[in-house]
Amino acid sequence: MTPPAVDLRLLVPELVVTATAVAVMLAGLFLPAGRQHLLRWLAAVGTLAALGTTLTAGADPTPAFAGMYVRDALTRVIQATALLAVLLAQWLSGEYVERTGLEAGEYYALMLVAALGAMLMAASSDLIMLFLGLETLSIPLYVLAAFARTDLRSQEAGLKYFLLGAFGTAFFLYGIALLFGATGSTGYRALAEHARTPAVIFQAGLALLTIGLAFKAAVVPFHFWAPDVYEGAPLPATAYMSVIAKVGAFAAFLRVYVVALAAQAGEWSTLLAAISVLTMIVGNVAALRQTSIKRLLAYSSIAHAGFILTGVVAGTPSGASAVAFYLLAYTFMTLGAFAVVLMLHRRGEEADQIADLTGVAWRAPALGGAMALFMVSLAGLPPTAGFLAKFYVFTAALDAGQIGVVVTGVLTSVVSAYYYLRVAYTMFTGQPHEDVGFAGGRWVTAALVTASAGVVVLGIFPGRVISFVQQVGQAMR
Amino acid sequence: MMGLPMMTILIFLPLAAAIVVAAIDRKKTGALYGVGLAGSLAALALAAVVFVRFDPDQAALQFVERMAWIPSAGVSYHIGVDGISLPLVMLTAVIMPLALLSAWGSIAERIKEFVFSMLVLETALLGTFLAADLVLFYVFWEAVLIPMYFIIGLWGGPRRSYAAVKFILYTMTGSALMLVAIITLYLHSGPSLGARTFDLAQLRQLRVAMPLQAWLFGAFALAFAIKVPVWPLHTWLPDAHVEAPTAGSVVLAAVLLKMGTYGFLRFLLPLFPQATLQFAPLLSALAILGIIYGGIVSWAQPDVKRLVAMSSVSHLGLVTLGVFVMTVPAMQGSLLQMVNHGISTGGLFLIVGVLYDRTHSRLLGDYGGVAALMPRLAPLALIVVLSSLALPGTNGFVGEFLILLGTFRANPVYAALATSGVILSAVYLLWMYQRVMQGPVAVKERARMTDLTRREQWLFIPLIALIFWIGVYPSPLLRRSEASVRALVQDVRERGNAAHLASHESRVTSHDR
Repeated sequence: MTPPAVDLRLLVPELVVTATAVAVMLAGLFLPAGRQHLLRWLAAVGTLAALGTTLTAGADPTPAFAGMYVRDALTRVIQATALLAVLLAQWLSGEYVERTGLEAGEYYALMLVAALGAMLMAASSDLIMLFLGLETLSIPLYVLAAFARTDLRSQEAGLKYFLLGAFGTAFFLYGIALLFGATGSTGYRALAEHARTPAVIFQAGLALLTIGLAFKAAVVPFHFWAPDVYEGAPLPATAYMSVIAKVGAFAAFLRVYVVALAAQAGEWSTLLAAISVLTMIVGNVAALRQTSIKRLLAYSSIAHAGFILTGVVAGTPSGASAVAFYLLAYTFMTLGAFAVVLMLHRRGEEADQIADLTGVAWRAPALGGAMALFMVSLAGLPPTAGFLAKFYVFTAALDAGQIGVVVTGVLTSVVSAYYYLRVAYTMFTGQPHEDVGFAGGRWVTAALVTASAGVVVLGIFPGRVISFVQQVGQAMR
Repeated sequence: MMGLPMMTILIFLPLAAAIVVAAIDRKKTGALYGVGLAGSLAALALAAVVFVRFDPDQAALQFVERMAWIPSAGVSYHIGVDGISLPLVMLTAVIMPLALLSAWGSIAERIKEFVFSMLVLETALLGTFLAADLVLFYVFWEAVLIPMYFIIGLWGGPRRSYAAVKFILYTMTGSALMLVAIITLYLHSGPSLGARTFDLAQLRQLRVAMPLQAWLFGAFALAFAIKVPVWPLHTWLPDAHVEAPTAGSVVLAAVLLKMGTYGFLRFLLPLFPQATLQFAPLLSALAILGIIYGGIVSWAQPDVKRLVAMSSVSHLGLVTLGVFVMTVPAMQGSLLQMVNHGISTGGLFLIVGVLYDRTHSRLLGDYGGVAALMPRLAPLALIVVLSSLALPGTNGFVGEFLILLGTFRANPVYAALATSGVILSAVYLLWMYQRVMQGPVAVKERARMTDLTRREQWLFIPLIALIFWIGVYPSPLLRRSEASVRALVQDVRERGNAAHLASHESRVTSHDR
């Protein structure tokens, strides 16, 4: 038996991210307190370099590490999204980390490692690889949730996330074990071959695997951790985990279901369709009565997981492209909304209540306009990224005959307009609170501007981005 | 044809003005309104050029511009104007400057955001009327909601928040299902048209089989019927109209409601001819119910703004009836009546706004003898009221007459029932005029009832001119709409019946077997 060929050239983006994470962490130890802001530059440059290498890497399917890893169009598109998410999240965190005195080096390093996890999940072609990616993604997020060491809420969030996340991981691992028992291999290829004659053990394994992923993606009925964790975690960490966990989890959904088990779509699509419908309903309805913007965005992220899942349910190459587009749009609009909240503070604390936004738009019209843009986009109204994202996943799902899912999707979008527009409306009405002040700086402004531009460009001039994400679908044909 | 993309410039001119407005210092009230007015007047001038250069003998789209927008999804930026959209484009272009002018002086807070919203709204409205691609149409159609939501919600009356939410949830529910139907059409267009497309002209050639066609018809019809609104889907309307600021009510009544009736003509009829013929009696019946219900409810209103709002349900019932009886005169009348309703109801809301600015009351009981205090308003108001109740010589008469004539040809019973609505509208409108304008002076604070300012007079002069112009010489409008309407009626009748016959024949043959 020959050892598998190791082609590190394929791994350049991952290596750059890892190197950046290590460099940032080490530099964080040695830089004096006054110079810690240099870490942001270091992290940003490293992330941009990784983004560059991802985009320039080839899109022809190239397996590596004995079929554990594959670099193809899906890898490229999802990795680019993950890197964009981590880049924006770093910018978002800039002033917050400084103000609240968090350990900047560790903070940025953890973010980068989480992105590395999502990137590996996207590139996995083996369940073990997927598991490694999932853990690399999850563990930094547990730490980030608990990162405000002096804040009890943050501690609680971290513990809760860790316990429930570990629970989800156990399901996931048990699923892998059963699948290994059924197929004698952990490779996706073996899954696809054995799926033709499924045994009970195979189906049970797949179900457990799905539960594990559903935990990570915060899909109903495995979503209960999300609102509490989102509420307790430091605001920029919340922003980041709401995006990167989705990117990783849905990359895995695409790899397992749409790529490996494409031929069996008829069997699993009903189950996923049911989960998707349930998620859209529960997420959107529960969001209606939230008073905390963090909890609102938590339920919003659950609802969007349901919308994204409709693209997976389609099970087609166009469904996969739609999911990739949605993840990109979701990254821009969710991080944008968080950026607006990060621009404010209430007596030095996070301005995390919707009521804190009252009348802010009259003091800062651009901020109000940006929030209105993100809320309109999250509600799926044109001419924004959110509309086209929904348009694509729904088109793919309808094409696959999932009419019930799509009708639920459009109707729950209407429900979502209620709570999203209420947030935008709050910003434009009433007298601002005296306690609420502005906490923005250059970095968070840069994130805000980039996110706004992303939402508008993806909504109005989506041509280039769409041809980019369509590589995903074309590669599967 | 000129080399300039006329239609694109027309659509995006107001948006460009909005961007300029965003850059102006918020304290410069005059500049904000000035730029807003200039932008909308420039759009009006361009629309007038289009109106003059429009070829009345051509039924198809003119001034067509087309380029790929999202080629991989079959979405194109395809716009153009024909005899059906031209009157509505003109209406939008006329009403928007007036609405902005009416706000000047009446809306004193957050002017910048207000003018910005109005201009964005104008772009969305023009886009809705000019789009010839279903996705492009949907984008503009939904984009209308956002500025309107803020106009009602931020500058409206005491219950503005509730009214704005109700407005947006109602209309979004309808259009959400329409989106599903649009995508379904796209997916079905692949096999028979060669490539999947959202292009209206190509989708018109599609023959969708019957149970599905009825479902798609239902989804489109629901979206449009909510917007019109067709009874019993009208309950959002009184709240939205009453709570909106005057300028908002004017645009809402004059232009936004027409998006629904325009949608019937532009999309529902040509895309689903067979289902249209099948369901036309149902929609006609709902329209007649709306005519009578709206009239009776208006009659019972103590609130003058609500009265005018409810009268729209009645008047647009007549327009809807004119669409679904499927005769050329009725449909032309409907199209003209859409414009007329915009002018006269827009005028009525302006009158209510002028009164409200002075007394801050909308109750009929708080008025009386206003004619004595506001001698300049009284005759103008009388003309607008008479136009709304369709007195011969005014624009309303031409439209209603054509609708009733065309309806009578198709179904005399419908015509007889619809006429009762005409009578009802005379009752409640004249009664309103009498209670407000005539009798002894009953206004509490007489000192505030100053007569129209010069700015306010200018609000009414263009409307009055249009009332008489269309009332006496409607042929420039009718001539431009005739070819398109004739082609549409013929197309729906032929394809609807042919499809019907075909399915009938197949049933017969299968029976024979």
